[in-house]
Amino acid sequence: MTDKLVVRDLCKVFGPDPQQAIRLLDQGLDKDAIFARTRATVGVRDAGFAIREGEVFVIMGLSGSGKSTLVRMLNRLIEPTRGRILLDGEDVTAMGRRALIEMRRTRMSMVFQSFALLPHKSVAENAAFGLDVSGHSRDEQRSQALDALRTVGLEPFADSYPHELSSGMQQRVGLARALATKAPILLMDEAFSALDPLIRTEMQDEIVRLQQHEAHTIVFISHDLDEAIRIGDRIAIMEGGAVVQIGTPEEIVTNPVNEYVRSFFYGVDVSKVFKAGDIAEDTALTVFERSGVNVRAALAQLRDRNRTLGIVLEHGERYRGMVSVNSLAEAVDSHGETRWDDAFVDKVAPAPADMDLSEVLSLVSASDYPLPVVDGQRRYIGTIDKRILLQTLDKAG
Amino acid sequence: MSEQWLDFRIPVGQWIELGVDWVQDNMTGVLDGISDGLDLVIGSFEDTLLAIPAPLLAALIIVLAWWRVGQRFALFAVVAMVLLFGMDIWKETVQTLALVIASSLVALLIGIPVGIAMARSDRIEAVMRPLLDFMQTMPPFVYLIPAAIFFGLGKVPGAIATLIFAMPPAVRLTSLGIRQVSREHVEAGQAFGCTPTQLLLKVQLPLALPSIMAGINQTIMLALSMVVIASMIGAGGLGNTVLTGIQRLDVGLGFEGGLGVVLLAILLDRITQSFGRARTSAHMSTGTVGPLTRLRRLISRSHRTDSAETEKRQ
Repeated sequence: MTDKLVVRDLCKVFGPDPQQAIRLLDQGLDKDAIFARTRATVGVRDAGFAIREGEVFVIMGLSGSGKSTLVRMLNRLIEPTRGRILLDGEDVTAMGRRALIEMRRTRMSMVFQSFALLPHKSVAENAAFGLDVSGHSRDEQRSQALDALRTVGLEPFADSYPHELSSGMQQRVGLARALATKAPILLMDEAFSALDPLIRTEMQDEIVRLQQHEAHTIVFISHDLDEAIRIGDRIAIMEGGAVVQIGTPEEIVTNPVNEYVRSFFYGVDVSKVFKAGDIAEDTALTVFERSGVNVRAALAQLRDRNRTLGIVLEHGERYRGMVSVNSLAEAVDSHGETRWDDAFVDKVAPAPADMDLSEVLSLVSASDYPLPVVDGQRRYIGTIDKRILLQTLDKAG
Repeated sequence: MSEQWLDFRIPVGQWIELGVDWVQDNMTGVLDGISDGLDLVIGSFEDTLLAIPAPLLAALIIVLAWWRVGQRFALFAVVAMVLLFGMDIWKETVQTLALVIASSLVALLIGIPVGIAMARSDRIEAVMRPLLDFMQTMPPFVYLIPAAIFFGLGKVPGAIATLIFAMPPAVRLTSLGIRQVSREHVEAGQAFGCTPTQLLLKVQLPLALPSIMAGINQTIMLALSMVVIASMIGAGGLGNTVLTGIQRLDVGLGFEGGLGVVLLAILLDRITQSFGRARTSAHMSTGTVGPLTRLRRLISRSHRTDSAETEKRQ
């Protein structure tokens, strides 16, 4: 198979002075550092891949990973800041306005997440939109639009209006509009994400069926693993604007390059992706150990704010111990002069920030108290309670 | 001493006068051209409308009301026509109608393209915004003075003052409508190879249409209210009736003129609005409702169920 669409060193920087941001990018600074220095956002950094003729190439990533920006650079809805796009060896980035419009009319069409149909036009007129724009005769428009509608099974609805159709049918119209121009390349930006799961599966099958019938080169943007595996010949995974891995679904499943990629395929193995320090929340009441703040004062403070637990910190935010209303009250009752050490809750030891979640899980589930987390210098970071842990696990599933 | 420094005057008024004098001295040709052109437009509308026999014109309006709005409203139109005729202000009403249509037309011919330009360029938007604010908030009476100086007394200065006062909503709502077209719709247009002109004509304007129609409705309503004021410089029509009523302290006459304006306003408002919610209404809704419509709804609350029925029928 020959390469249909080749992308080299493609970058997109949004914001002021993109060139400076590109220079910093080349010096190896990451997205956040560049934003802090220049107020420019790196959308896509040095993306490079070759899409073969007739394949379904899925670009996958979480939201904000730059996949929508990347696909919009292919037909230059977004102008690349740097890099080249070669369509059949011809440089798309070097095209003038006329050549670009001609390329969009005949060689690359697009399907949108929100369908983006024209509400005042009938289904057939919507399907014929690309042909209308490029100046085909009315008869040609009608017959080619009907052909495309037949392909997606909507011919009987040719004279309906979009608002009369269900969302799945509307996206079929969007697909027919892209097919009607007979462009060899289809760009599909989260095309099925707005559909409910059953219809989504149906549409994915539609794409597979379409490919057996007449093979298009499809660039499909998705954040859904099942979708990528169902329809993708190859998958590119994006993280923070960069393409981190490209391969067949099997290759990526069996040999993921990093935890980010692995997380897509194992329903997020949280215990490996996240550490204790990543999920600890600094919401507990903190009490500073200094002269003037004694155990009684701490007890009053807790009662005042309606809290049952507090964290005692010494100089430099270092962790000293955890106190509860009960432990404080006991200490005040039994010892006359009260020392902090008598007031701490027993059996609560701080966990290091890099502790694996699997270990955190066993500690938290065995204890009645939340788990305090400290960094390498024993500085307090936050606590992990059962609620946080459950939320994290839930997000992952 | 301490009070003295406050004692100064900026002669803004004098500057404006100087400007007006300059225009009058140096741009006579342009002014005459505008004057002749507008005179022709207003004259032809007025002549045409007045040439139609009153019963025929009334019938046309009633049919339009029936077709665009509904049965109930056609009934209202019949009553309105009979009232206008019976109060002996038919000719004045037609003159006002002609002036409103002519000045609205010119306002739209200028306003909609300006609105389009404003939507496409942030710089034009930045320039136009304060200008539009100025045009809308300046008390309308103020426009009468330069209009009368440049164009004398009569319908033309009336129309000029009217179209300046009535243009802003057309500009604003055109711009707003185009800017509100969703990003993916614009991208879809571009992705299928629209030229900028095609994008405007095939995607942006059709999707902005309800908003633009709301702007047109507002422009017509403002034009109607200004035409009454413009009678002070001899624009004639219903405003004249009101003005005479004021001058003679004739309550009856003033009320008749005022009622004529209200009836005309309701007719124009409902009929122009009906064009805003054509076939696309199921998809799009603009919350913009003219103040007169609100007033009318208030009035017609008693037979609300009926009007709801007619609305459903469309």
